[in-house]
Amino acid sequence: MPGAGRGRRTSPLPGLGLSLGITILWLSFIVLIPLSAVFVKSLSEGGHTFWAAAASPRALAAYRLSFGAAALGAAINCVFGLLVAWVLVRYSFPGRRLLGALIDLPFALPTAVAGIALTALYADTGIIGRILEPAGFPVAYKPAGVVVALTFIGLPFVVRTVEPVLAEVSSEVEEAALTLGATRLQTFSRVILPSIAPALATGFALAFARGAGEYGSVIFIAGNVPFKSEIAPLLIITQLEEYNYAGAAAIACVMLMISFAVLFLLNLLQHWQHRRAA
Amino acid sequence: MTAAGLREPAAAKGLLILVAVAYVALMLLLPLGAVLYEALRKGWEMWWAAVSEPDARSSIRLTLIVAAIAVPLNTIFGVAAAWAISKFRFPGKTALIALIELPFSVSPVVSGLVFVLMFGAQGWFGPWLEQHDIHVIFALPGLVLATVFVTFPFVARQLIPLMTAQGSSDEEAALTLGASGWQTFWRVTVPNIRFGLLYGVLLCNARAMGEFGAVSVVSGHIRGETNTMPLQVEALYNDYDFVAAFAVASLLALLALVTLALKSAIEWRYSDELAAIH
Repeated sequence: MPGAGRGRRTSPLPGLGLSLGITILWLSFIVLIPLSAVFVKSLSEGGHTFWAAAASPRALAAYRLSFGAAALGAAINCVFGLLVAWVLVRYSFPGRRLLGALIDLPFALPTAVAGIALTALYADTGIIGRILEPAGFPVAYKPAGVVVALTFIGLPFVVRTVEPVLAEVSSEVEEAALTLGATRLQTFSRVILPSIAPALATGFALAFARGAGEYGSVIFIAGNVPFKSEIAPLLIITQLEEYNYAGAAAIACVMLMISFAVLFLLNLLQHWQHRRAA
Repeated sequence: MTAAGLREPAAAKGLLILVAVAYVALMLLLPLGAVLYEALRKGWEMWWAAVSEPDARSSIRLTLIVAAIAVPLNTIFGVAAAWAISKFRFPGKTALIALIELPFSVSPVVSGLVFVLMFGAQGWFGPWLEQHDIHVIFALPGLVLATVFVTFPFVARQLIPLMTAQGSSDEEAALTLGASGWQTFWRVTVPNIRFGLLYGVLLCNARAMGEFGAVSVVSGHIRGETNTMPLQVEALYNDYDFVAAFAVASLLALLALVTLALKSAIEWRYSDELAAIH
């Protein structure tokens, strides 16, 4: 990166103090201090109260649903997201640009809108629910509904992470594989898949992290029944409505710790990806 | 050697395209269609009545006000952060970038919760605020704070890679020719980054107007007063007033479509300038 690695003293540009000052001030006031409030508040009534709230059977069931559905949704998106990315990168066909632009819809569509739209489709009166429900596979107001919502939310994360890496897989290695007698399927599974594996894993982690904390698109389609179809973010709101601030903070604390762990993992993954690219 | 062996058979290619298009149509296009269909089900007059009703109008106004405050704040922050990070070298830069992206991995509900813990009745500053009759939670300042938190990384995250890739040689040349620091910024840097900036502001705005979980926690859900458009959608939906809920939702869906169209237009026309982002 030319020009990027200049020393502080040798950079002739002004404004380090001002720009870094604004950055650190704004970051502290908006993000760091408020987030620290969660940790302080969750422990304000002692470790015993913390564990009673953070590890109650109801909270454990909510984590299981939030993280389980997020993992399942992200896994589904890895399969279909890879397929969509492949089609977008490798083939040209009418409507390709439109398809590419549509992928970002879950980023742009407000989550509450997605939530009521999915519910309208998957409820027993909706056009998908009308088929699935008599077939013995009800989705709306069941844990399956949570998976559907998180699959909707997560698709662009996988497609957008895999797309650029897939575009850069050099045709030379594919040609080499072909010359050495590999079939197309062997080339895909032995040559292409390994080189995009870090990107796919990054996409999975991004979709998973987003899905685990997702609220708006889920609450309409989930049944919100404690122990069955209640997601962790909803449980935080329930605690808050009962004025149990410490309880809400304790559950938030657990969710934050898991998100931070995923974030840390993501950084490792990106490191892996860069090393592979180098 | 672009031999046929490097491509899939036409039938396989057709099948892959078909599955990808069908998946996107089912998962993304159908929910979007459902919003518009449900909104207009009882005709244009009912749609107009629903979106021009006083509470709906007030929610539209509130959404615009919140975005009009939050987006410029995060734009200034984003430019400052990108300037500091891309033009200078200082210790802890990687950690700073990770901290800026932190709000992306925090659940929207937790993003709202942190401000309740700070400014709510039982929060750190709650008693003091009450004494001085300042309302943060269940009022406009709370909605703005939660929205700023959630949209915090959007502009910075687009500009950091773009400005890093551009380096600082243009700015150095301007300074050598006698321009002042601010002149250099407005006449050299801003024109260089305008499309990246526009792109970041666009995504920031879409999220600011559509945010649901975070504002839901701090809003108090007072109709005509503290309900933004997504919260109004929820309130109407929970009243079983589906036509009105989908009518307000259709405005948000329209916002999403406009955002996607502008975003794609920027990507197609200025792909070279934005290359660093992807």
